[in-house]
Amino acid sequence: MKTKNIIISGVGGQGIILASELLSLAAMRAGFDVKKSEVHGMSQRGGSVVSNVRFGEKVYSPLIEEGTADVILSFEKLETLRWIHFLNPKSGVCIVNDLEIIPVQVSQGKGEYPGDIMERLKKKASRVYLVDGVKYALQAGNPRTANTVLLGTLSNFLPIEPGIWEETIKKRVPPKTIEANMKAFWLGRDLFKD
Amino acid sequence: MKMLLSGNEAVARGAWEGGVLVSAAYPGTPSTEILENLARYEEVRAEWSPNEKVAFEVALGAAIGGARATVSMKHVGLNVAADPLMSSAYSGINAGFLIISADDPGMHSSQNEQDNRIFAKFAKIPVLEPSDSQEAHDFAKIGFKISEEFDTPVLFRLTTRISHTKCIVEVGEREEVEVKPYNKDIYKYILVPAHARKRHVAVEERLERLKEFAEKTDLNRIEWGNREIGIVTSGIAYQYAKEVMPEASFLKLGFSWPTPIGLVKKFSSQVKKLYVVEELEPFIEDALRAAGLEVTGKEVVPRINELSPRRVRVALTGKELPHLEPENVVARPPVLCPGCPHIGIYWALRRLRATVMGDIGCYTLGFQEPLSAMDTCLEMGFSVSGAHGLEKAQGKKFARKLVATIGDSTFLHSGVTGLMDIVYNKGTSTVVILENSTTAMTGHQDHPATGKTAKGEPTKAIDFKELAHAVGVEKVFEVDPHDLKMTRKVLKEAMELEEPTVVIAKRPCVLLKEERKRLQAKPKKKIIPEKCKGETCRNCLTIGCSAIYWKDGKAWINPLLCVGCDLCQQLCPFGAIVEDVKDEN
Repeated sequence: MKTKNIIISGVGGQGIILASELLSLAAMRAGFDVKKSEVHGMSQRGGSVVSNVRFGEKVYSPLIEEGTADVILSFEKLETLRWIHFLNPKSGVCIVNDLEIIPVQVSQGKGEYPGDIMERLKKKASRVYLVDGVKYALQAGNPRTANTVLLGTLSNFLPIEPGIWEETIKKRVPPKTIEANMKAFWLGRDLFKD
Repeated sequence: MKMLLSGNEAVARGAWEGGVLVSAAYPGTPSTEILENLARYEEVRAEWSPNEKVAFEVALGAAIGGARATVSMKHVGLNVAADPLMSSAYSGINAGFLIISADDPGMHSSQNEQDNRIFAKFAKIPVLEPSDSQEAHDFAKIGFKISEEFDTPVLFRLTTRISHTKCIVEVGEREEVEVKPYNKDIYKYILVPAHARKRHVAVEERLERLKEFAEKTDLNRIEWGNREIGIVTSGIAYQYAKEVMPEASFLKLGFSWPTPIGLVKKFSSQVKKLYVVEELEPFIEDALRAAGLEVTGKEVVPRINELSPRRVRVALTGKELPHLEPENVVARPPVLCPGCPHIGIYWALRRLRATVMGDIGCYTLGFQEPLSAMDTCLEMGFSVSGAHGLEKAQGKKFARKLVATIGDSTFLHSGVTGLMDIVYNKGTSTVVILENSTTAMTGHQDHPATGKTAKGEPTKAIDFKELAHAVGVEKVFEVDPHDLKMTRKVLKEAMELEEPTVVIAKRPCVLLKEERKRLQAKPKKKIIPEKCKGETCRNCLTIGCSAIYWKDGKAWINPLLCVGCDLCQQLCPFGAIVEDVKDEN
């Protein structure tokens, strides 16, 4: 199998590091070599955050090379566009949380939040999926499980069995939230069958 | 057993397995989690120190005292600890001693991208450079043995992409290493000139033995492939080069100083073209060139900024993989959190048109618009001593608008000595200590004023007011930075006094657990659109709160981000900002 390259992006505080941890643990449980890389420090301070996850038989570089990401999974719309040059131009998939967080720069009049993000993405990526994470998270019974909804959608594009995802989620999320996370995962997974 | 570990977690695990007993550190990205993880092991006496020099000395004292020890810090921390570093190279150790330096190529969270391997050459001690978490784990154990065999501190060099990349690691069990007896040895441990001259001879002899070791250790290995291209590499650069050119021949150096020249010569004689692929400085490359080898290195491999697979591909092949053009989108730099105590201070200083000497911490973000209230931020402690120097240059009148702003942890690290200097040398600057009860930027570590140790045990806490008085500051003010009016008033008064003053701005970081809990109980704020005067006002935007956004000519509050503080409410002249009370579901 060719190494799978997943970019997870969003805004500091959205739980990107936990989401990429779940993906990495699931890949490890499935028997793959895994590397995940991100930058800590300021990530909780509302800045742009990105995590690189790579898994396969043997992974060398922890960083994904431009033009080779199989999926960009983004918890915020603008943060999908920011990393688009990493997407595989032929087969790359974007999974986008239907959420806009306006940067302070924009409120200060120092830039614009683009109104045509989805159109721009559709021109660039072979497939783009828009997921209302919060809506399904509420259906699952916990608004904080939006990330798990998106991981559920992502799981359709990866060679990791749902059972492995379930085991990983059970082991890693707070015990009180297991049920909601499990529901959230399946809601996200059932949205788009590949 | 296999675990998914970051380089930092792995080095902590490896050191623990290798019998480490004493570990000290000062937090700094990307090194912080090393000590945090060491502190979780019951057997390890792990401590946060007030700064890296103290941490180094604690660990060195322990190593001389017979216990395996580590000190960990970010790259610039080793500048602070350079004095004990140079002396420890002469004194040697008793039990194994690792100096773990996490460098930050790309400056993700730093003020420079110095390459600390050069420190090892300068100090004449060996360097270990792991390339992933497994090696970080394994090398820590081996490092203690090398340290003891050669009676030397070992520089253990990590970089951001090693420290913060998680990989699968095969871990082992702890080997209990008995504490060696402490033996008084004045010829080693008292570096008076007569002794130090002899120690220098010992250091040079040690370096010769280390050179022989470098030639035969399996920390350095050849991976034969196609003999057209041979790549000498180390650290994370190895991974990028393997990714880009898996078919080439590799000489991977895990023990990069002293550089094994004989091994490189053997390798280079069997390949057509020799490359050196390393991040930042031409460290290995210079050693090879000095030995007369013909290599291609920094003329193709960038010296500035961190490497990446793309940059290494371009260096080795001159080509990029096909990819889409990057989109030009508005930047989203980190900002002070909604409800951050620092906001009030910088909001007030901006209004007072002060010259503000800043320092290292989250509060450095006070330089950004709209707060825009900072003139300098260079290194830990410069705010205080630098303010004094600025006053010496510009005079007392200038100093009436001059303040130093420094976080509590940074003040204890190296601000207090500057404050002594202001008092001693009759300065009149105002020092604002931002007491948020934690080391926030690096992820909330305790320090000598929080009342808790790295192990979570209660301990004494420094009282900043008493400390300032003890140093000789007579006028010490205390203020809640979330009271904007009072903060502005107190700062103005302190700045205008023609004597040294200290303002303690006291309010816990909003991300601290207890503070988060307290805030969660409070209702969020909302803006009544009919009352908001829009463009003619914009007052609430002056605090730069990321929960407030502008849409359709009016201000709005994002309920997902608002923490319910009342900073914006204090600024709204029209009473448009109110509590968003609704039923809990």
